[in-house]
Amino acid sequence: MGLRMKPAVAGQENAVLNRQAKIKVKPFTKEAFVIRTTLISLVLLTVYGFFTFDYKDASLVGGTLSMLRNFGVMFFEPHFSHFTFWEAVYQVLITLGLAVLTTLLGGIAALLLGLLAAQNLTNKTVSNIVKGVIAFIRAVPTVLWVLIFAVAAGLGSVAAVIGMTFHSVGYLTKAYSESFEEMDNGIIEALKASGARWWQIIFQAVIPASIRYIVSWTFLRFEINFGVAVAMGAAAGAGGIGFDLFMASGFYFDLREVGTITYFILTVAILLEMTAMRIKKKLKTA
Amino acid sequence: MPVNTNFFLKKRLVSLILIGILLLVTYGAMVITQFDAVKGLTSIPQAVEWGIKNFYPNQDALDKLPRIWENLRETLLISLAASTVAGVFALVFAIIGSSTTRVNSFLGTFARGIATLFRNIDVAAWAMILLFSFGQSALTGYFALFFVSFGFLTRAFMETIDEVSNSSVEALRATGASYPSIIIHSVIPSSIPQMISWLLFTFETNIRSATLVGILTGTGIGFSFDLYYKSLNYNAASLVVIAIMLSIFAIEFLSNYIRRVIL
Repeated sequence: MGLRMKPAVAGQENAVLNRQAKIKVKPFTKEAFVIRTTLISLVLLTVYGFFTFDYKDASLVGGTLSMLRNFGVMFFEPHFSHFTFWEAVYQVLITLGLAVLTTLLGGIAALLLGLLAAQNLTNKTVSNIVKGVIAFIRAVPTVLWVLIFAVAAGLGSVAAVIGMTFHSVGYLTKAYSESFEEMDNGIIEALKASGARWWQIIFQAVIPASIRYIVSWTFLRFEINFGVAVAMGAAAGAGGIGFDLFMASGFYFDLREVGTITYFILTVAILLEMTAMRIKKKLKTA
Repeated sequence: MPVNTNFFLKKRLVSLILIGILLLVTYGAMVITQFDAVKGLTSIPQAVEWGIKNFYPNQDALDKLPRIWENLRETLLISLAASTVAGVFALVFAIIGSSTTRVNSFLGTFARGIATLFRNIDVAAWAMILLFSFGQSALTGYFALFFVSFGFLTRAFMETIDEVSNSSVEALRATGASYPSIIIHSVIPSSIPQMISWLLFTFETNIRSATLVGILTGTGIGFSFDLYYKSLNYNAASLVVIAIMLSIFAIEFLSNYIRRVIL
């Protein structure tokens, strides 16, 4: 009897063990592996980073407390001391002007390059060359383009606009060429078959078909360029409200004036964002 | 026939008016910024000529490579830490702010408002503001990048949640699943690939912005560039540019690989 019992008990034990093992709901795939590895390495590198940063004499807790205090002063007690309200508006207009010029110049250059970069409008070789050049342009930060141009053209609006245009060209060429590539090839083929020339195909079919995308991408870039223009005013002497910010913070140490300038920047940026969202929504429904 | 010609005439008129407005705005912008178009055009060949003659690394610059690498490493780590921590905060705010998963409309609007505030103050402005609190330390750059990444990621994550998990949330709600289990078992798993993609995107953008912030706050690779640039050591400055470019290419390559696998 005892001998016969044994296997039965062993079998029961096995069953219990099997029941305790979890049923695999999510199979372990390559995707899951890459997602997990990415997340773990991000966290580990972040922790490692916090241990190695050059904190100098700033402390995380003390700095954060003073940051909160400073935010209070900035946002609740803003004042004008080195400029008046209308002077600030004028400086904002200069910054907007820089953004307009950059976006327009960049848009025109990008339209041409975008046509060359679209594989369905040219051949693979030309497209790859243009895309390579664009990748190179995009890899260099805007501020470095501006500063490099400033050596040849001197600090000021010329270097700022040309340098900022480089990045806009990179960004817009990619966006434009992708929307050209998405378009219906049948239209191009039909025009080709009827004997239309390249320029005729571009102006009669390609641009009318993608004008909505072109407009919305260009406006999105304009929104980005406003921020960039503020930054270039502060870092590369481009003038405008960014330069006032740099002076208020770096020279006068006037926290309240920094608050005023921040309000100006914030107002324009939010207005631009709202307009961009409206344009985007219109495009989606149309 | 007359209807047809009218149509084309009207179309042509509209585009003419639009071009006119655009030209007027351009002219106004040129006047107000004192932009000299001729100088702008001629400066491009000038800059290219100058670049070929002066802007390349030499032996002297290569000796500075260890110091450049040290600063680049710090900048890369700051950009990464800012994106990761911003990602964690953005996840919480996106869940609160998304119209699919929000707790109530007041908290939702609050989360959206905070994100809008942080996103729309430019990173350079944040850097200048934070200089008051953290001085010329790595923390200034870190927080500047963190705030902007947080604002941007919150919006991106909200759109992702709305896009991906609308129907599954409804289905789970119908079965009587609790709010936390809906979030943990449906919302996060279904939107995590897209969220990682956005996180990698902010990491790439942060490296470029970190250069700018470094110039303003005197830290990291931006400081290296500024130092060599202002002392007219263009050979070393060009090496800094090449180092930044290579690291951006490497990270873009890596994140494109990750995107290909997970999306």
